[in-house]
Amino acid sequence: MDEQNLWKLLDEVKDPEIPVISLVDLGVIRSVDFTDGENPKIIITPTYSGCPAMQVMEEDISVRLKLAGIKSFKIETVLSPAWTTDWITEKGRKALQDYGIAPPEQTTSDKSALLGHPKEVTCPNCKSRETKMLSQFGSTPCKGLYQCKDCKEPFDYFKCI
Amino acid sequence: MEQKEALFNYLIRIADNSAILGHKLSQWCGHGPELEEDIAIINTALDLLGHSRSLYTYAGEVEGKGRSEDDLAFLREERKYTNALICELPNGHYGDTIARQFLFDQFNYLVFSELVKSSDETLAAISAKAIKEIRYHLRRSIEWTIRLGDGTEESHSKIQESFKDIWSYTGDLFVQNELDKVAIAAGIGPDLDAIRTEWRKSVEAVLSEATLQTPNDDWMHSGSKSGMHTEHMGHILSELQYMQRAYPGAEW
Repeated sequence: MDEQNLWKLLDEVKDPEIPVISLVDLGVIRSVDFTDGENPKIIITPTYSGCPAMQVMEEDISVRLKLAGIKSFKIETVLSPAWTTDWITEKGRKALQDYGIAPPEQTTSDKSALLGHPKEVTCPNCKSRETKMLSQFGSTPCKGLYQCKDCKEPFDYFKCI
Repeated sequence: MEQKEALFNYLIRIADNSAILGHKLSQWCGHGPELEEDIAIINTALDLLGHSRSLYTYAGEVEGKGRSEDDLAFLREERKYTNALICELPNGHYGDTIARQFLFDQFNYLVFSELVKSSDETLAAISAKAIKEIRYHLRRSIEWTIRLGDGTEESHSKIQESFKDIWSYTGDLFVQNELDKVAIAAGIGPDLDAIRTEWRKSVEAVLSEATLQTPNDDWMHSGSKSGMHTEHMGHILSELQYMQRAYPGAEW
C-alpha cells in the first residue's frame, strides 16, 4: 500500500457523531508518516479539549487499518497547532450542509466570538440568510443551535473555532 | 523551588481550577433552567474537564513519578488542591452560578490569553486549544450577566446579591506566592497583578452594561494557593473521590 491508498482508507473513517463527514475532511487526521511503506504513523488532533468522541475516533481508525491488514501502526495525538474549523475541507463542508448542519462561516471567530454579534448563518434547509442563534452550545461541543426565521426549522451550526 | 517542581505545581493549580469548577457545573446536568441552557452549561463543564485532563496528564509527565491524570484528579488530599476558592462555591440559584462563572471566565480568559505565550511549549499548546473554548464560555456568561442584571426587577436584585456574596472570594484569584515568582521569572505564567487590573476593568464594564454595581473590595478570603479551602471543598472531594477510594484503580 502506498501513501495515497492509506489516505483513501482513512477517508473511509467517519466522525462518530456526524457520520457523513470523514475524519480527514474534518481535519482531525492531520498527517501521516508512511515513509518506510509500513508501520504508518497517523497524527490526529482533537476538535475540542473535552470532546468525548476522541477515543472512539482513535478506535475507529485502528479498526479500519486492521481490517485492511495493517497490523503495525501508531496513532499520535498532537495539540499544536490547535484544530480550527478552517481545516474542514470543501468536500466536508458540503457533506455537513447536505446533512442539515450549517457549515462554519469562513474565517474563524477570533474576537468577534467575544463581544460581536452572532454570525449570519445560512439555513441548510432553505438557504435563507434570515436565521437567529438560539444557543451557542448545541448537541455536541462543536455545534451551536440556530433557527431559520423563514422556514422556521431549527438547525445545528458547526461553530467556528 | 526548582523549575520542574514549579511547572508541576503551576499545572496542578490551573488543572484544579478547571476540574473543580467543571465538577460543580456538571451538577447542573438535567437541572438547568431550560433545555438550551442545560446543554450550554454542560458543554462548558465538558470543556473545563477537557482542560483539566490535558493539564493533569502533562503534570504527571513533568513530575515523572508515573502518576496518571486520574491519580492526580482523584487521589490527593484536600490540602494538595490549589484551585481558587471561587471554583468550589456552591451552585446556589442560577444567578449565583452565572455570577461565579462570569467572574471566573473573565479571569480564566485573561490568564489563558497569556499562557498561550508560555515558555513551556506543551502548556502553550494546551492553552492555545483551551482559549478558543474559553472565549465561548466568557461570551455566554457575559450575555447572561447582562440578561439577568438588565432583566426584571427580581432577576436584577437576585444577581446583584450574587455578585455581592461572591465578591469576597475574588481576591483569592490574584494572590501570588513563591510559585508565581518562579513562574513569572521562567516565563511559565503571567504576573497576576497585571491580570487583576485588566480583570477589574472588564468586569466593571460588563456589570455597568448589566446595570449592576461592582462591589467594593473589602475584606477578601484567601488561602487556596497554600491548599486552605472553604468548608465546601471537603464535600466536593468526598463525592468526587468516592469511587477511587472505595474501589481503588476502578476503570470504565
